Amino acid sequence: MASVSLTVNGRAVAANVDPRTLLVQLLRENQRLTGTHVGCDTSQCGACVVHVDGKAVKSCTTLALSCEGAAVTTIEGLATDGALHPMQEAFREHHGLQCGYCTPGMIMAAVDIVNRRGFSLDEKTIREDLDGNICRCTGYHNIVKAIAAGAEAMGGRSMAGKEPPRQAAE
Amino acid sequence: MYAFAYHRPATARQAAGLLAKKEDAKLLAGGHTLLPTMKQRLASPAHLVDLGACADLRGIERKGRNLVIGAMSTHAEVAASSIVQEAIPGLAWLASHIGDPHVRHRGTIGGSVANNDPAADYPAACLALGATIVTNRRKIEADAFFTGLYETALEEGEIVTKIAFPVASKAAYAKFRNPASRYALVGVFVAKRGSDVRVAVTGAGEGGVFRWPEGEAALKVRFAPKSLDGVKASAKGVNADMHADAEYRAHLIGVMAKEAVARAVGK
Repeated sequence: MASVSLTVNGRAVAANVDPRTLLVQLLRENQRLTGTHVGCDTSQCGACVVHVDGKAVKSCTTLALSCEGAAVTTIEGLATDGALHPMQEAFREHHGLQCGYCTPGMIMAAVDIVNRRGFSLDEKTIREDLDGNICRCTGYHNIVKAIAAGAEAMGGRSMAGKEPPRQAAE
Repeated sequence: MYAFAYHRPATARQAAGLLAKKEDAKLLAGGHTLLPTMKQRLASPAHLVDLGACADLRGIERKGRNLVIGAMSTHAEVAASSIVQEAIPGLAWLASHIGDPHVRHRGTIGGSVANNDPAADYPAACLALGATIVTNRRKIEADAFFTGLYETALEEGEIVTKIAFPVASKAAYAKFRNPASRYALVGVFVAKRGSDVRVAVTGAGEGGVFRWPEGEAALKVRFAPKSLDGVKASAKGVNADMHADAEYRAHLIGVMAKEAVARAVGK
C-alpha cells in the first residue's frame, strides 16, 4: 500500500491504496464518486474523463499515485450551490444524451474544449476535439449542439450581459 | 495488472539511481502505452519509477539552431508551445494530431521516442529532422537510435532526458491515421535544411520508422510536391495487416510524402 494526497472537487483527500489503483478506481471506489464512468477501460471511449490540474485526462489510464498533489475535478464538482454548470444545463436543454453513460466524460471534455479554445466554438472544432469521447446512442448531433450552446453560456456567465444560449433548432 | 512497487523520484538522477538499484524496474512517463500494456498483463514490472515529478525533464527552449524539448513534455505542451510553433511548426502540428485531446494531456515525447512504436508519430519527426536524443549518459543521433520494432539504442538504466531538433528551413508532417486507434497507418515527415532533404516514414515499416531514399533523392532536385510524381515506394518490407496491405501502405507513402511537402512549402 502507498499513500496519496490530492484534492478532489476542492476537498482534500488522503488515501492509502494499492499502487495498481487507477485514478478512476480511487474516485469511484474509494471516494464513492460514481459519476465518473468506466466504459472501455482501454483509453478509447472517454467515459472516464476528469480534469487533473485543469486538464482533461482519461482516469482509467492514470495511476492514482501519479496524481500526488494534484487538483482533480469530476462531474460531481461542476455544479455550484445546487445549480447545474452551464455545460450540464446545455446538455439537458439540447438533449445531448440518451442513455447517459458517456455524458459525464462528454461534459468534462466539453468544459476542457472551452478552457482551451474559448467560448465561441464552431461545429468542426467541437467534432475534432471530441475525438477522445465515444457515444453509441446519439450520433453526436445534439452533443455538438449542446457544447456550442454550453460554451456560449459559459462565456455569458463570465461576461455578464452577453446573449443567452440558443434554443435547440429541432 | 500485476502488483508492483511505485516510486516517484524528483529528479532524473534519482530516477536513474532507482533504476540501477531495483530489480526489474520500468520507467513510467505519460503511461499511455505502458499502463494499457500492464492492464493486459503483457508487461509486469516489479517496480515502476514515475517520472511525473521530475521537473528537470520538462521545459521547451530554443537554443541557437536547436529546438530542445524536455522528455516529459506532453504532446499538448509541444502542440501549444509558441517556441515550437515558431521554430518548427510542422512538429507542433504533429503533436496536435497524436491520439486525442485527453491522451495529449498525458502522453509525452520522451515516452513516445523511447517506446518506438512502429506507428508512432514522433519517431518520424526525429529521423527526418535529424534530431539528437539526449540521455542521462550520452547523446544519440536519431539515425542510430531507432533500431527496430519497439527497439532503440537505449541501454539498461538509460533515461531519455531531452530531444534536440535542429531547426529546418522547411518541415511538415502528413499522416493517414487509423480512425480507431489514431495511430498512423502511414505517416511521413519531410524536412529540408540547407541542401539536405530527409524523408522519414512511420506506420509502414516492418522494422519501424525508416528513411525513404528515393523520395529524398527526388526532393533534393527540387523541394516541391511535383518532384514526387512517378516516384514509387517499394512494398518490400512494408507492413500488411487487417487495416491495409503492403501495396496500399506503400502507395500511401508517396501520397503522404506529397502532402507533407505541399504543407512544408505552404501550398
